[in-house]
Amino acid sequence: METEKRYLKLSGLEPLIITPESNFINVGERTNVAGSRKFLRLIKEENFEEALTIARHQVEGGAQIIDINMDDGLIDGKEAMVKFLNLVVAEPDIARVPIMIDSSKWEIIEAGLQVVQGKCVVNSISLKEGEEEFIRQAKLIKRYGAAVIIMAFDEVGQADTYERRIEIAERSYRILVDQVKFAPEDIIFDLNIFPVATGMEEHRKNATDFIEGTRWVRQNLPHCSVSGGVSNVSFSFRGNNTVREAMHSAFLYHAIEAGMNMGIVNPAMLEVYDDIPKDLLEHVEDVLLDRRDDATERLLEFAETVKGVKKEKVIDLSWREEPLQDRITRALVKGIDEFIIEDVEEARQTSERPIQVIEGQLMTGMNVVGDLFGSGKMFLPQVVKSARVMKKAVAYLEPFIAAEKDEATSSNGKILMATVKGDVHDIGKNIVSVVLACNNYEIVDLGVMVPPERIIAEAKEHQVDIIGLSGLITPSLDEMVFLAKEMQRQDFEVPLLIGGATTSKAHTAVKIDPQYQHAVIHVNDASRAVTVVGDLLQKDKKESYITGLKQDYADFREGFLNRQKTKTYVTIEEARENKYAIDWEKSEIVKPNALGIQKIEDFNLELLKDYIDWTPFFRSWDLHGRFPNILEDEVVGQQATDLFLDAGNMLQKIIDEKLLKANAIFGLFEAQTVEDDDILVRHDSKEYTFRTLRQQSKKATGRPNLALADFVAPKESGKQDYMGCFCVSAGFGTEELAQSYEKENDDYNSIMVKALADRLAEAFAEYLHEQVRKTHWGYASEENLTNESLIKEEYKGIRPAPGYPACPDHLEKLTIWKLLQVEEEIGVKLTENLAMWPAASVSGYYFGSPESRYFGLGKIKEDQITDFAKRKGISDAEATKWLRTNIAD
Amino acid sequence: MKEKLHQALEERILILDGAMGTMLQRYNFTEEDFRGERFKDFHKPVKGNNDLLSLTQPKAIAEVHAKYFAAGADIVETNTFSGTTIAMADYDMEDLVYELNYESAKIAKKVADEFTQKEPHKPRFVAGAMGPTNKTASLSPDVNDPGFRAISFDELRIAYKQQAEALLDGGSDILLVETIFDTLNAKAALFAIEEVKDERGIEVPIMVSGTITDASGRTLSGQTAEAFLISISHIPILSVGFNCALGAKQLTPHLEVVAHRTPFAISAYPNAGLPNAFGEYDESPEQMAAQIKEYLDKKLINIIGGCCGTTPPHIKAIADLAKQYEPRPLTLPVA
Repeated sequence: METEKRYLKLSGLEPLIITPESNFINVGERTNVAGSRKFLRLIKEENFEEALTIARHQVEGGAQIIDINMDDGLIDGKEAMVKFLNLVVAEPDIARVPIMIDSSKWEIIEAGLQVVQGKCVVNSISLKEGEEEFIRQAKLIKRYGAAVIIMAFDEVGQADTYERRIEIAERSYRILVDQVKFAPEDIIFDLNIFPVATGMEEHRKNATDFIEGTRWVRQNLPHCSVSGGVSNVSFSFRGNNTVREAMHSAFLYHAIEAGMNMGIVNPAMLEVYDDIPKDLLEHVEDVLLDRRDDATERLLEFAETVKGVKKEKVIDLSWREEPLQDRITRALVKGIDEFIIEDVEEARQTSERPIQVIEGQLMTGMNVVGDLFGSGKMFLPQVVKSARVMKKAVAYLEPFIAAEKDEATSSNGKILMATVKGDVHDIGKNIVSVVLACNNYEIVDLGVMVPPERIIAEAKEHQVDIIGLSGLITPSLDEMVFLAKEMQRQDFEVPLLIGGATTSKAHTAVKIDPQYQHAVIHVNDASRAVTVVGDLLQKDKKESYITGLKQDYADFREGFLNRQKTKTYVTIEEARENKYAIDWEKSEIVKPNALGIQKIEDFNLELLKDYIDWTPFFRSWDLHGRFPNILEDEVVGQQATDLFLDAGNMLQKIIDEKLLKANAIFGLFEAQTVEDDDILVRHDSKEYTFRTLRQQSKKATGRPNLALADFVAPKESGKQDYMGCFCVSAGFGTEELAQSYEKENDDYNSIMVKALADRLAEAFAEYLHEQVRKTHWGYASEENLTNESLIKEEYKGIRPAPGYPACPDHLEKLTIWKLLQVEEEIGVKLTENLAMWPAASVSGYYFGSPESRYFGLGKIKEDQITDFAKRKGISDAEATKWLRTNIAD
Repeated sequence: MKEKLHQALEERILILDGAMGTMLQRYNFTEEDFRGERFKDFHKPVKGNNDLLSLTQPKAIAEVHAKYFAAGADIVETNTFSGTTIAMADYDMEDLVYELNYESAKIAKKVADEFTQKEPHKPRFVAGAMGPTNKTASLSPDVNDPGFRAISFDELRIAYKQQAEALLDGGSDILLVETIFDTLNAKAALFAIEEVKDERGIEVPIMVSGTITDASGRTLSGQTAEAFLISISHIPILSVGFNCALGAKQLTPHLEVVAHRTPFAISAYPNAGLPNAFGEYDESPEQMAAQIKEYLDKKLINIIGGCCGTTPPHIKAIADLAKQYEPRPLTLPVA
């Protein structure tokens, strides 16, 4: 048989054959929960019907392969993949193209391969987990009849140089072709496209290394293909699309010439190579091809001029010529406050009474905002900006209204909002308040740490129509249950809204709803809050809405309780028998370079910038998607980019003007495990004990029942081990700064400040952990990880935080506070429910064992509660109170 | 046996048998005949369960095989079109699946060996037939619920694996995954066969035969002939082609598509024309052979036979014609 012509052949209902003559193959990636916020939302809502239209649009738009990815923590990826693929297969106009089954989880990939008749592409596998697993997966892929993308990743890590790229590619290829007998034409390499012009010396060759790596692979590894995600290369120029588009085209031009034949490219972010202005092209290629030492600086400088040109074009003031109402509406929709006073004054002069401006022109504009938001055409950050304009306008009108001794304006309803007792987190609550206020609801915001008796009293006093409760830490869930009971006892009838990060529909339906005869509803995003509140207060329909709601929650509760698989649990003794047994004779224990406690005050925030994980920041604004891909998102990309620019400006202001203060304290101590689950720590000739909790669900053979104590050598091993604990905060000054914005009716920046303070605190924790690993403890002095790797937790050792999955018990914070003298030394306090204040704080433990890892405790049984209470010297009732959400029913 | 098969395939066009069902109809077996002694008290009617005849009327099955070998066939298919737990569920006969396949293969192998002994220059082969089952893995049986599936890949894989093992144990030289309406079913069968090969450390020649269901040129599950070819080419198979649903004439363009795009041998066993108003296939042996001549003139074929409505005279006419032609060359085509 001839061997010369071996082409990558794929199939949906129709064939796709990739030959040397084929044009670049464009892979559609909108059906990827990580790449498209809209798709993620639709999948989460199980709106598969509409999700299919995204797939259809992509195929209609020219995608030759569609990438489908369901990797998201809140989705059952396997189920969603199978369900979506089954539906795709039933749509001939989508299923005609081949499918790329994209997941980092093998079980999802395999489930996908089992439901598609055509020849798919698996995206992806690599040598990351070693040869054995690689071979096993490759054999199965072959047997299922699919092509495969191989990531340039191995046991050591991701390939980031030319040499590593070709080393891993060649090794993967040889294993696949020689051992697995994988058809070489069915191998596609993803050689890692990384950003250039980052300012880091080691990133200068990122583009050339990829391009040259591609060239080498295509010349030396016969018949294979090369793919990649192109937009990565230009991340440094976020916000400057002129440069980005030019950079993508120039990069593709060279990469395709070197042999890259398929990939993910957003066609909207591509300039025609020949249309790139000569001077721009030269600067871009200088960077891409690493042609000059000062290429990055020169391009950055040049980019400003290109950006400027564009911007000038953008500022178009012709709308100022339009009729008054149009101007006001536009100002509200676009969030432009520059001219609002002027316009409102004009409106006031033409109105009989000042109140009519609010009820007329301003509400007309806000209704447009509400409609756009409701239909998904505006996003939260924009709405918050609209609110800022609205507030400014109202503030201007208020003196005139007061002078008229007018009655207060009639609102749609009055809503009490509060973060419950012991909890300090209020970003989400504030956003919901702002959005509701925009929709003409009067908000009675009681702030944070509000005791139930005050909520009850204020609700009565203000005669509110709805009570909204928010909370982030687990004890807050109990506070909400308590408040529902209390509302029932005092014969309240108003609806109760529940929101916040730890709340869920399940908890609301199962624990809160049964306590209160009237409406209880879980609302976790601001856009839903408006419709829900509207339905709850609509005079003629609310009865039937509320009846339906109660029924829905009852059904949900029943379904949930029935679905609860009767998990089997083992006794705490059995769980301890099955502990994670580290061989302490062999396991390496490194003595910290610096034992004892150290304090950092007024840390330079500038140094934290690079450690920020931006994804949660966008999430707090209801923009879902991974950073930096979110900036490119079809639906929210523009919004995310704008928000990111505003955040960048605010962050710089905070840093430059030292508006926030960051402090930290941490310590490394001699430690040993005693009696299985307790860790005994010695400091200053005093002893402290951390009580850890152990998983109790019955495990498959070979899987241990983990407790954090397993990661520290037990006393009886005779080995001296170590652990650490820490508290960092970047929140000092947040409250004052946020309030100063609130005073100016600027909720947008008030929320921004809080969201950034949270990010800085997390970044500080990340930074400090790195310092500890590399220097203070020093067990990973050779470590060199990118921020992305840090976010993915690719480091050795862990820093679990009390109140989070591995140790959901908040009580241990008290021990940390005692040991480190946290409050006295750096000023971070604990509330009665053990939330940290300032809110932008992080505390936790350090474990250094290379075998330590993050895990979730899951549910535990009463025997452990009793045992824990005894060890801790507290009553069973007290222990139950703190661990309630973790107790198996 | 494997070497002989490959050698024969290089030398000449191999002849596959014709319809089993059409021949069995001529026996006019009654419910009692289907039941035989062994199943006389079975709780369900079994008439129509042709696969069962391998146990209750083995002589008739052997006779049909012998007639096709005598007509010139090189390969006969075992009487196991519905021999999976999935298809046998209709008769509550899932438990018999191993035995049905094993005995069917044994009957065919015995007849084949007799002919090979008589004519050593023309060795005869047995292809273990693996039908499509009566369920589809990538189509919903419910138009209102397109995401629903009546069968999973794993269920098919397990059923096919059992069938493949029994067919091989009974002496099949080849496994024939045939009348493929839904490529995903076929992929499950191929997956199962690979597992058996792997576990037993053997090589098994595999024939794959799809079914183009209508004039649009697609399988029931919607694939074009070429997409179908690509979807099953990951396994080193002996041959690929089409059978059933269409007559020889209608099959030509689809055979051309695959013949020009694969290094594997090409097989075809069309029906005796399209069914007439009474649902009968009435193309005569001569008419059918005349159409198959086009395949031969165009050098499209390595293995040829007949499906529904074809009889030993059809196979004889085809065999006599094919003798005069060279087989399609087995090299990788330009594509």
